Amino acid sequence: MIQLTSRSKVVVDKKMSFKEKLYLPAIAKGMAITFMHMFKKAATLRYPEVKREFAPVYRGMHVLKRDEEGRENCTACGLCAVACPAEAITIDGAERQKGEEHLYREEKYAAKYEINMLRCIFCGLCEEACPKDAIYLTDRIVESSYTRNSFVFGKDLLVEKMDDRIDISKRKKEYHID
Amino acid sequence: MAILIFKIALILILFLISLGVAAYATYGERKVAAFMQDRIGPDRAGPFGILQPIADGTKMFMKEEIIPNVSDKLLFILGPCIFMVTSLMTSAVIPWGTAMEFGGVKYAMQVADINIGILYVFGVVSLGVYGIMIGGWASNNKFALLGAVRASSQMISYELAMGMSLIAVIMMSGSLSLTDIVTSQGDGKLWGFIPVSGLNWNIFYQPMGFIIFLICAFAECNRTPFDLPECDTELIGGFHTEYSSMKLGLYLFAEYINMFISGAIISCLYFGGYNFPGLSYLSTVLNPNIVALISFGALFAKAIFFVFFFMWIRWTIPRFRYDQLMKLGWQILLPLSIINVLLTGGILTIFNK
Repeated sequence: MIQLTSRSKVVVDKKMSFKEKLYLPAIAKGMAITFMHMFKKAATLRYPEVKREFAPVYRGMHVLKRDEEGRENCTACGLCAVACPAEAITIDGAERQKGEEHLYREEKYAAKYEINMLRCIFCGLCEEACPKDAIYLTDRIVESSYTRNSFVFGKDLLVEKMDDRIDISKRKKEYHID
Repeated sequence: MAILIFKIALILILFLISLGVAAYATYGERKVAAFMQDRIGPDRAGPFGILQPIADGTKMFMKEEIIPNVSDKLLFILGPCIFMVTSLMTSAVIPWGTAMEFGGVKYAMQVADINIGILYVFGVVSLGVYGIMIGGWASNNKFALLGAVRASSQMISYELAMGMSLIAVIMMSGSLSLTDIVTSQGDGKLWGFIPVSGLNWNIFYQPMGFIIFLICAFAECNRTPFDLPECDTELIGGFHTEYSSMKLGLYLFAEYINMFISGAIISCLYFGGYNFPGLSYLSTVLNPNIVALISFGALFAKAIFFVFFFMWIRWTIPRFRYDQLMKLGWQILLPLSIINVLLTGGILTIFNK
């Protein structure tokens, strides 16, 4: 058998020696261990003030990215909806009108883009399927709610705000998505 | 008259100290537990969480007071009262320090120097089990009753070994008075040939007796590894399952007072009480009142160490099984303590002539 840790001890059902029967040396040893732990660094984080950092590959709430000029990347190709194993994504495409060039990068855009967060399994296949660099999963957490309907996130919640852009560079680097 | 005022003041101070220590022992317990488990512990109420006991106490007082319908109301209220009173009463005979001096009159730092001091302690401690027993019985709950039965049988079993290990100490001091036992541990010659100052402690003569006494003290205080009367996994809360609000608070509080007092008694019996190296020198150069306070500090420090020791053990050793507990008490500790008495007697007759 492969030893998984160096700390595992083989249990033998042998008769205890006198020293073992006394128990006191073993207790003293245990007390030494607990005493040493008093000087170890606490693993606690003072939560509301300090938050534990997420792993760069963490898959949380989605974001629909805009480019540098603030135009939506999504072209409503529907590949994410096809890739989605939970069928959580609903897209309605629409054609870009004249004068809307500052809003949408491509000629076609998503008029409606909904993700049902109750269906979503946060697998990240949508971001892998996306050819336009539009959808990413982030380290944000989907907030809880009392009604099921409020979990259907529309573009108002998914598309990033220009004054509050979501940084996904770390994730890109980790995943080599480009 | 002056002595009456002094005694009343002493009683009040001891009262406050015991309660204060008990309050901060709850905080200390949580902190020690946290540190031993690599956590931080309570640190939100005030700096380092030192106001936590106040928060806990307020919580206890604010809780709804529930007295079960089927319980025996009078006994239900009486239980925690007895437990609390008995745990506070034991501090009366402990010599807390050297004598104080006001206006040329000496006042012993002891509420009552009765010549059977240690027997009084034992009597009162055994009364304490009535608090548990009555509380558990009056709850009219099978878990509470089981806890109470366990508590009383455990107390009876361990008091025997405790008394036996104590007899060896009494044989050495030749007196039941705690004052005599403490003063006999001051200056002298350790083992008859090493001259020591304030270090002639009984622990050097009675190591086995000390260990037996310590183990029994754990059992008497219902502390881990002998906390079977209230083990949560088997009995919910044991004898205080049905208790709520400050009545539960009294039980928990009294347990911490018991810990503090038994720490003080262990120090008096085996660690020289208020004696410390250099006490006799200090008493020649300093004001007797200051010396009294320093000696009180010494005993207090020893008692606090034992409170810490109780907690330390709690987070090290798991709980005993009930049959193991009884086996340890009757088949190991009791014979060992009797052997200890015989050995002490034999050595005393050989060397003391």
